Amino acid sequence: MNATQVKAVDERILQTSRLRKLLGRPELGSVVGAIAVFVFFAFFADSFLHAASLSTVLYAASTIGIMAVPVALLMIGGEFDLSAGVMVTSSALVSSMFSYQMTANVWVGVVVSLLVTLAIGAFNGFMLTRTKLPSFIITLGTFLMLTGLNLGFTKLVDGTVSTKSIADMEGFPSAQDVFASTITIGGVGFKVTILWWLALVAVASWILLRTRAGNWIFAVGGNKDAARAVGVPVAKTKIGLYMGVGFGAWISGQHLLFSYDVVQSGEGVGNELIYIIAAVIGGCLITGGYGSAVGSAVGAFIFGMTSKGIVFAEWNPDWFKFFLGAMLLLATLLNAWVRKRAEATK
Amino acid sequence: MARFRTWVGIALAGALSVSLAGCSSTGGKRAEDARKAASAEGRAAVDTPRWTFAMITHSGDGDTFWDIVQSGAEQAAVKDNINFLYSHDAEAQQQAQLVNAAIDKKVDGIIVTLAKPDAMKSALARAHKAGIPVITVNSGSEESREFGALTHVGQDETIAGEAVGEELNERGREQAVCVLHEQGNVGHEQRCDGVEKTFDGKVQRLYVNGTSMPDVQSAIEAKLQTDKSVDAVVTLGAPYADTAVKAKQGAGSKAEIDTFDLNAKVAAGLADGTLGFAVDQQPYLQGYEAVDLLWLYKYNADVLGGGRPVLTGPQIITKDDAAALADYTKRGTR
Repeated sequence: MNATQVKAVDERILQTSRLRKLLGRPELGSVVGAIAVFVFFAFFADSFLHAASLSTVLYAASTIGIMAVPVALLMIGGEFDLSAGVMVTSSALVSSMFSYQMTANVWVGVVVSLLVTLAIGAFNGFMLTRTKLPSFIITLGTFLMLTGLNLGFTKLVDGTVSTKSIADMEGFPSAQDVFASTITIGGVGFKVTILWWLALVAVASWILLRTRAGNWIFAVGGNKDAARAVGVPVAKTKIGLYMGVGFGAWISGQHLLFSYDVVQSGEGVGNELIYIIAAVIGGCLITGGYGSAVGSAVGAFIFGMTSKGIVFAEWNPDWFKFFLGAMLLLATLLNAWVRKRAEATK
Repeated sequence: MARFRTWVGIALAGALSVSLAGCSSTGGKRAEDARKAASAEGRAAVDTPRWTFAMITHSGDGDTFWDIVQSGAEQAAVKDNINFLYSHDAEAQQQAQLVNAAIDKKVDGIIVTLAKPDAMKSALARAHKAGIPVITVNSGSEESREFGALTHVGQDETIAGEAVGEELNERGREQAVCVLHEQGNVGHEQRCDGVEKTFDGKVQRLYVNGTSMPDVQSAIEAKLQTDKSVDAVVTLGAPYADTAVKAKQGAGSKAEIDTFDLNAKVAAGLADGTLGFAVDQQPYLQGYEAVDLLWLYKYNADVLGGGRPVLTGPQIITKDDAAALADYTKRGTR
């Protein structure tokens, strides 16, 4: 339906068309879910609505959200990445160990770490497009290799399974400001990761909705062969998406390093699933071609609210995973239902 | 492809120039090397035959605690002229298979943990039948003797928890939170049980996701924001103590942070007063003693403790002891 047609018909239909457009948004289901979860915990947990509590929830959401954004883009592009969780730990380890071993300014380690994570992303993408193996196999391989490298390499270089403290090295305070500072607004401290998260969501949304690369992402996720037939650089797009995950892992990893200054090499395992869950709750289709960056943010927010809401409400955490699983199913079902309705009325 | 190579070239050149320009004049490896005077490099102190001992633990990947146990065992092995083999698996069944593999290899002694005793019973019976001496470490003090082990070296988790409860009483605490970083770990539950047993105040349990530090931090923060009366947070592993301190600052709480186990950051935290106390079970001693006791048994048929558990802890460490331990934690033996 083009603009002139819309002008020609009466106002009532314009109204429905807007509603239809809204119903077609991938994040709709998750927004409804987020409101429900918010109201739920506002009702059941006394301290949930305090500004300080909200800052805690936002922090929890942002540490997931930073990774959920590139993971969501990758899923829209039709692939997923099981190595995303340990890649965050790798990023922190590389940065810390390089600075320490070379006795370099910590910013050098930060730059080296960026190159390494982008290279890991490029490796994933390159292997995927070259071998035509499913992303499950490729990134499972990377996941295992990185898990082993994290442990083995750290032990080899440092002699123990955690890195040495780099807090007394040059450049640490400024890097800490960038990756792990706290901004106080009205007496409440907000972590800088929230800003990183919002910025990533904004940039990713712009790429998806306003650039040619965004069209490519939807196209390769929707139908790879059709995309290639109309001239979309499929391999380049997929490699770029994996490098995006590398970039996200870099930010998360640097946050990890500069907020705790010592990194445990065994961390990060299992978090890749959390990122995928956040993207799926946020409306990304596991088969690709559909989803949004804003949705992944809402998914991460739901995750943050649920995991911390249970603490605020002082409930038995044994049920957390059950709650999460039920929410994942509900969100996916709601998404599927909404999309079907939207497509049926098109 | 050519363009790709150019990009790689630019990236490498960039990284190189940044690293040349950006040396740190403080901290880092150079400072460590300067600090490290000639530390005694191990040499065998005895000329007994080169026996082979295998150590099989229930450690997960990348666990700082087990790293220290291993380092103790390795140093004792060097001294005792022992060929030392280490393996681990968090799954009980896999761990039992590793023990069986060691028996098949006909090693001269086995050191094993009994975190899940039932799964290890038949493997230990097989070792007994094959005439291989076994020493249990860390967990399983109750089953050790029953399963035919020579002796047990370790700390009773409940006793360690009780020591924490008593120390909290002495410090006049009333509301404690016990932070468990592995849901379903029996040892963790026993530690909190121990705290509950001797502590006069109230103990609440908080389960956190140990593989994600930001999650640990925000969960503790949420807890402290909800319950302002909490005046003590007890973490069950050294790496989580520092995270708890961050959470405390975030929540603006006045709670004291105390922890099980020790590492360099905990020693520093104790020294500057950000941490209250740590209860150490001396993991280095668990590894070292196990190897040494096996050697003593092979060499001289000695059995320490008369078949009763040899306790390596709990040792309460406060501000006064922390400074002396700082160097040991840095080299990874405390």
